[in-house]
Amino acid sequence: MNDHRNALIAAVGGAVLTLLPTMAMAAGDMGQTQQQATNWHAIVMFVLFVGLTLAITYWAAKHTRSASDFYAAGGGITGFQNGLAIAGDYMSAASFLGISALVYGSGFDGLIYSVGWLVGWPIILFLVAERLRNLGKYTFADVASYRLQQTPVRSFAATGALVVVVFYLIGQMVGAGQLIKLLFGLDYLYAVIIVGVLMIIYVTFGGMKATTWVQIIKACLLLSGATFIALAVLFKFGFSFEALFAKAVEVHPKHQAIMSPGTLVTNPVEAISLAMALMFGTAGLPHILMRFFTVPDARAARKSVFYATSFIGYFYILTFIIGFGAIVLVGGHAEYLDATGKALRGGANMAAVHLAHAVGGDLFLGFISAVAFATILAVVSGLTLAGASAISHDLYANVFFRGRTNEQHEVVVSKVASLGLGVVAVILGIIFEKQNVAYMVGLTFAIAASTNFPVLIMSMFWKGLTTRGAVTGGFIGLAAAVIMTVLGPTVWVDVFHYPTAIFPLKYPAIFSMPLAFAATWLFSVLDRSESARVEREAFEAQQLRSETGLGAEGAAVH
Amino acid sequence: MSNQLLSEKIKSNPKYAELVSKRSGLAWSLSALILVIYYGFILLIAFDPQFLATPLSAGTVTTIGLPIGVGVILSAIVLTGIYVYRANGEFDELTRDLIEGTK
Repeated sequence: MNDHRNALIAAVGGAVLTLLPTMAMAAGDMGQTQQQATNWHAIVMFVLFVGLTLAITYWAAKHTRSASDFYAAGGGITGFQNGLAIAGDYMSAASFLGISALVYGSGFDGLIYSVGWLVGWPIILFLVAERLRNLGKYTFADVASYRLQQTPVRSFAATGALVVVVFYLIGQMVGAGQLIKLLFGLDYLYAVIIVGVLMIIYVTFGGMKATTWVQIIKACLLLSGATFIALAVLFKFGFSFEALFAKAVEVHPKHQAIMSPGTLVTNPVEAISLAMALMFGTAGLPHILMRFFTVPDARAARKSVFYATSFIGYFYILTFIIGFGAIVLVGGHAEYLDATGKALRGGANMAAVHLAHAVGGDLFLGFISAVAFATILAVVSGLTLAGASAISHDLYANVFFRGRTNEQHEVVVSKVASLGLGVVAVILGIIFEKQNVAYMVGLTFAIAASTNFPVLIMSMFWKGLTTRGAVTGGFIGLAAAVIMTVLGPTVWVDVFHYPTAIFPLKYPAIFSMPLAFAATWLFSVLDRSESARVEREAFEAQQLRSETGLGAEGAAVH
Repeated sequence: MSNQLLSEKIKSNPKYAELVSKRSGLAWSLSALILVIYYGFILLIAFDPQFLATPLSAGTVTTIGLPIGVGVILSAIVLTGIYVYRANGEFDELTRDLIEGTK
């Protein structure tokens, strides 16, 4: 049970389908890790990665002049490139190490997690991507406020974006500190500061161009590293899955039980609720939505989702093979185990890392460690840019100055905001070092699904939406997601240590998301004001643009 | 031609209604399909985990649950592929006809 529990507590990146009430949900959370001996192979390769990305940032900085360059890479990213960048933005170190750790600990259950992280993508394609591209310019608030009053709706949408970004950043920073301490043998404080400084450099100097390329390179490194490990594992079993599984069943303490669902999903209501948060929350993440403005048109936006879904799905299948490979090639091998001979040296999350060593020696271990570090940088850079654009494009330029400012000022504000967010992220990373942040990713997805997603969907599909409905309904969804999470088992019991939770579920989306939709509908229908009438009338023109792309922001011409 | 007039003409063009209804029809049916597939998978795990533990064929350790789980992942990829294929082919062509034909 202990192995299983550790694997779960460690299951990172929000490998979040933990439905057994006693298990801590894990998200961006590496748990408390032990600092390891300094890993020079990893450090050298990481320095190479940083050198390359800084060179790209230098190039990007020279080509970043306008606001469109800064927020949207001038709209000049192709569908394929954007698909890779989205995958790079979405696949966290946590999901790589956490899901393979979960498969290592309990087999089939790891697959349930992976599936949950993927199924939001088709929804983004079918309902969101092309309409978003046709209606918006730099942020999803552009779309939510398209035919509504700018000040209240943008303020609300920017708040939703910032709340999601900050919570997600805390989870990532703490996870990064723990992971780097573990892989590189660096002190937690230095690790968090290095991550903070690099992300500030990428974003402030290179804007979306540098961020995109950091994400593309990271996606290529992660996909090729994971492919190599999976192929090496399959090679040892003559490319027979049955032979791999048979050996795994033989050596794993749970034997045949690893081939079917275990104890992860026991409460269907909780399972559905988490599934809703993952599926619809993905479609409400501001850093993901922002990526659709980097392509020239709706056509490329659609293609990029197809590529992203393929890469992410492929990656999750690889993590499953890697988890099984670790059962056979790492589990039971004394050099990878701690003094007790039962748990993995360095913690459950080390399954994939030890496996990298088992199949590729010290050099490949260094490569995979460097890739894990690069992965964190790509994710936090995307988040920082999304947060900065909510501050500069939405709040500064469109709310405080009502559009009466110029692009140059807006970009400067954005850079200052990136710097500020980076500093805040480092400070929060330090404050939360010893805290249990397991609930953080679950909370982030619940908020995205209950705040950003309902308003975005209703603004694009429902004629009746008014400013009052959007703002009131959105804030109700935000409050519901936060309050229900705080009163639920993951915070009330696991963090505050009260004996029983006031709200019974760990994942509130099954209540908070429908509540947000219902409140948005109700306050819109009840809105009989003149401005509401005008907003409803403006829907037809908005729909024409969202369906045909007429009048949409084009790619910048250079 | 002013944008206002162009919009009016497009809106009254029957091809516009056709484009909107065809594309939303496809988008909502595929959304429903992925919801059914995914929530079906979750409910199967919650209510009948034994079914997923059935061996794939007699004597194998590989269970039926594995191809089903991987199948859910692949279905997400296939469904997005179908949508992109139709939207970037048929629907984009319809949009071009609509705009060119109206000008």
